[in-house]
Amino acid sequence: MENREKKVLVIGVIGADVHAVGNKILYHAFTEAGFEVVNLGVMVSQEEYIAAAIESNADAIVVSSLYGQGELDCRGLREKCDEAGLKGIPLLVGGNIVIGKQTFEDVEKRFKAMGFDRAFAPGTAPETTIEALRELLHMDGEQA
Amino acid sequence: MKAVLLIDFGSTYTKLTAVDLDSETILGTAQSFTTIQTDINDGLENGLALLREKIGDVSFAETYACSSAAGGLRMVTSGLVPELTGEAAKMASLGAGAKVVGIYAFQLTEDDLDDIRAAKPDIFLLVGGTDGGNTECILHNARMLATMNPEFPIVVAGNRSAARECERILQGHEVYVCPNVMPKFGVLQVEPTQKKIREIFLNRIIQAKGLSKAAALLSDIMMPTPAAVLAAMDLLAQGKGDEPGIGELVAVDVGGATTDVYSIADGMPEHMNTVFKGIPEPFAKRTVEGDIGMRYSIRGILEAAGVHRISQLSGLEEGRVEELVDYLATHTDVVPKEDPELEALDFALASMAIEEAVTRHAGAIEETYTMMGLTYVQTGKNLTKVKQIVVTGGSLIHTKRTAAIAKHALYSPASPASLRPKNADVWVDRTYILAAMGLLSAHYPETALRIMKKELEYHGNSEQENS
Repeated sequence: MENREKKVLVIGVIGADVHAVGNKILYHAFTEAGFEVVNLGVMVSQEEYIAAAIESNADAIVVSSLYGQGELDCRGLREKCDEAGLKGIPLLVGGNIVIGKQTFEDVEKRFKAMGFDRAFAPGTAPETTIEALRELLHMDGEQA
Repeated sequence: MKAVLLIDFGSTYTKLTAVDLDSETILGTAQSFTTIQTDINDGLENGLALLREKIGDVSFAETYACSSAAGGLRMVTSGLVPELTGEAAKMASLGAGAKVVGIYAFQLTEDDLDDIRAAKPDIFLLVGGTDGGNTECILHNARMLATMNPEFPIVVAGNRSAARECERILQGHEVYVCPNVMPKFGVLQVEPTQKKIREIFLNRIIQAKGLSKAAALLSDIMMPTPAAVLAAMDLLAQGKGDEPGIGELVAVDVGGATTDVYSIADGMPEHMNTVFKGIPEPFAKRTVEGDIGMRYSIRGILEAAGVHRISQLSGLEEGRVEELVDYLATHTDVVPKEDPELEALDFALASMAIEEAVTRHAGAIEETYTMMGLTYVQTGKNLTKVKQIVVTGGSLIHTKRTAAIAKHALYSPASPASLRPKNADVWVDRTYILAAMGLLSAHYPETALRIMKKELEYHGNSEQENS
């Protein structure tokens, strides 16, 4: 069972969002960091994240949103995870998740209220996310 | 002359095809009633007598057979998520030539077990979880199946981490472990499971179904009839060695109870601005529509197409359509012969059967407006570039309007989302040889291919038909 030594991440770009480059960068960064990555690509629906997470018994779901509609697209994801038996699975979100003049603290607060464990501001480096994943998945010191 | 006998034990008819390998020709065909209740050899002997009347007392060097008698190969599947491993299990079974009589997802319940018992499957396919993924569901389902009396073999083809434990849980049952049908997310690996299903069919099912007496006559392999047809279509499309195939194709077999559709095509998106969703489908894909058929499932066609369209196409009044459909549903052996009303109705029914079945088989495309402009989302196979259509089935081979019926397999501006072939050459299997050629292809692929290319009747290009 060579794969299960690794933590499994489900990643993808949510909603009607076709920005593919960041998604590919994240895929490589996470894989490089030692995670097993299930990459759903672009235009991913909430249901697709959940289905993939169930089959792969994922340890976390990492949602990207680059086109400013992230808040609408992410609403209800936590509840659907609960419903599907993925209780407590870490949910992370990043990219350009909202548009308009607002401080990121407010945005982060709203995403946490929606059940996300972490929300990342625009321009966050993959290393930051990897660090957060290590912490959330209790991987102190060990390789992913 | 080196003669080979090919037998298709159907649910109603035993169909015989005699082939001469040296001249690569069909010597003759014959059919008789299948006699599964008494001795399957009786029907076979009757058919052979008929065949010998036509072609003389030929001795056959080899004999091969396929069968869909006694209900065919009945399978029940269980997976985890319906759109993922659930779908993979279904595709694996259909591609192996099975009739899928039950599809389950997530955890099996006690009620499900009652239904499974009632469905009397010949084989159960137990899957779930990608490799290293979820084990909970497949283990639960194994434990549920373990409570049943061992009545059918179980093929385990799920998460490899759970395979051995499933086998232990199911001790006392006939269990076969195969590689995962979906080892990674979005990767389909159905061939090893299909091979195992055919082996079980050969070793076990044939005996259980009273076919073993016939098996004594056979030189080799016996497979489910749809698996033979799929093999024939694969060969016809892709060719073998120096003998080229005719390229990617769609084949439709409109039967009395079901309509089978085969596509031998890649079907992935054509353009960069198309996003593919769902699991990729097999290059050689088979689907069966259990509610679409010309007699036993005649009402399914009516429901799918609506009485209005059947009336339009046939030129019959709606009331008359309903009357005749009621009549045919109970008189399943009626053929139109010279009756113009029945002929018109069968034309409309066959057209709609093909349209509905191919629409369900083919993928679909959806337009979405994004910040980056217009984008397309594709699910299933894109068959728009497929240039060949092969049709078979009584209602298509006993009419002069075959091409006009086959045209309904094609793309229609009225349903632009359906990714059916845009225009295609139409080929008719008038002598009903597809299954036989699939059997022959196991040992003599080039010969089978050349015979098909000779025997299939060209019925023009759909574009000419349109104009």
